[in-house]
Amino acid sequence: MRDDPRLPTSSHFWRSPLRGTWFTAVLGLVLLGGISVLFVTGLVSYAAYNPDLSPVNDTTPDKGVLGFYLFDWPAGPSWLYRLSQGVHVTLGVVLVPVLLAKLWSVVPKLFTLPPARSVAHALERVSLLLLVGGALFQFVTGLLNIQLEYVFPGSFYPLHFYGAWVFIAAFVVHAALRAPTAVRAVRARRRDEAELEAPRPAPPTVSRRGALWLVGGGSLLLFVTTVGQSLGGPLRRTALLAPHGGADPGGGPNGFQINKTARYAGITAADTHPDAWRLVLTGPAGTVRLSRAELLRMPQHSSSLPIACVEGWSTADQWWRGVRLRDLAALAGYEGGPPDVLVESLQRHGAFRRAALRANQVSDPRSLLALYVNGEELSPDHGYPARIIVPAAPGVHNTKWVGRLTFGDL
Amino acid sequence: MRLPTFRVPLGSPLQLLLLVCSFALVAYAGVRLLSGDWLGVVLWFVGAALLHDLVLLPLYSALDRALRAGTAARWTLYVRVPAVLSGLTLLVWCPLILGLSADRYRSATGLDPDVFLLRWLLITAVLFGGSALLLVLRLRRATKHRSPSVH
Repeated sequence: MRDDPRLPTSSHFWRSPLRGTWFTAVLGLVLLGGISVLFVTGLVSYAAYNPDLSPVNDTTPDKGVLGFYLFDWPAGPSWLYRLSQGVHVTLGVVLVPVLLAKLWSVVPKLFTLPPARSVAHALERVSLLLLVGGALFQFVTGLLNIQLEYVFPGSFYPLHFYGAWVFIAAFVVHAALRAPTAVRAVRARRRDEAELEAPRPAPPTVSRRGALWLVGGGSLLLFVTTVGQSLGGPLRRTALLAPHGGADPGGGPNGFQINKTARYAGITAADTHPDAWRLVLTGPAGTVRLSRAELLRMPQHSSSLPIACVEGWSTADQWWRGVRLRDLAALAGYEGGPPDVLVESLQRHGAFRRAALRANQVSDPRSLLALYVNGEELSPDHGYPARIIVPAAPGVHNTKWVGRLTFGDL
Repeated sequence: MRLPTFRVPLGSPLQLLLLVCSFALVAYAGVRLLSGDWLGVVLWFVGAALLHDLVLLPLYSALDRALRAGTAARWTLYVRVPAVLSGLTLLVWCPLILGLSADRYRSATGLDPDVFLLRWLLITAVLFGGSALLLVLRLRRATKHRSPSVH
């Protein structure tokens, strides 16, 4: 085939004077660090759901060895999930310009001919499709999910989890093959690989350093308009574009951020009316039914805990008041060490209307069936008549509108 | 006479080993990734790469070329920087800004989805306004510098 400069398969088609090994290497090394953190915090978030405790927690029952690292999720420090998931989501948003710039810097290689020089080269190009497709798939599904735009083909959890493994397989090979070159290029500013540089560059309108500053500026702008949703307090107002930035949904003690409102979850006033609602406790002592008034006559305890969502946003500590889960376990017949518990909401649908908590979470003195928050009765949107609050658990495991607690080893 | 033997070039054996190892993990996770709507997932995976490489990248490259053709080289950055930053925030937050999930967002979170478009427009206005201000200041400095005797 003739080398026609009008075709992207010709190196003469690509004119930008910015492309070059150093430019790609800097972006690549930033992504190497950033994506490693994204992957680890992602695995941590997966473990936080305790998927191996009970099928109701497990959105990926056929994970096989991919769950090899799972551990009992700890019940503290209380800010653990808030921090790890805040980092995961904020960093993911902030890395978007770096990813785009990196892909731009290497796009001529997509069109290189011949398609393969050797078997290894052919396989590497297949792997690069998985790398690029995987990176975009992970970023796009993540960004759509935090904006509640559920257009992806399936449930977010398995897609993002298995997608991460497909992507990371390609990512590790790419890093192993390219990182040495990248480190050399950045250390020595050497240009021993001219393959990315335009042979006939157009006159520059910005330096390579200037272009990196623009990428960094893009990341900084995304950071300052996002991170406030994970910091809470007055800083939430700085998160101008983040889904849970800006103002709180309401004022007063119940004014903090809501994941799913009562209306969205299909909870009606009739469901939670004092005459109708009873908490059903099940355990070795049989089944106990408690009204809200009876729960209020039990010893009341307080704990200051945040709500931290898988979507990355969180609230500052709220002051919860209610009955300790371990006291309820004792009432159900577990006087000694509390067991695991299956929590069921009044919600009739929704992936998280049931959640299992592990014994270490149930026995923590800060774990409550909360009846009050910040000195006031829970509002319907925050789970009236009663909700779970457990330190360091993902938001959706702090089940709202609790109807039934089944204690026992799951 | 011996017939010439056709040999497939293999390439680096270490690279081959790494890649085969990677494909094994890809296959293991991929089977699970594709266990539901496999066609949809394949379309998303490959489609994301194609859409980026063949639509998004050529589109913003063309916009940049048009910008460079339309402005003097010295002024290009004053449009390019705010345009990149504004475009980037739109790209990341387009479901919220364009209100694609507005109804679900409103009913789920109790928050107002209409604020995002306004905020994005405001951010865009500040970016372009700030850039225009810098440009005006630079022009004035340049004028003063060139003709100090005017005043």
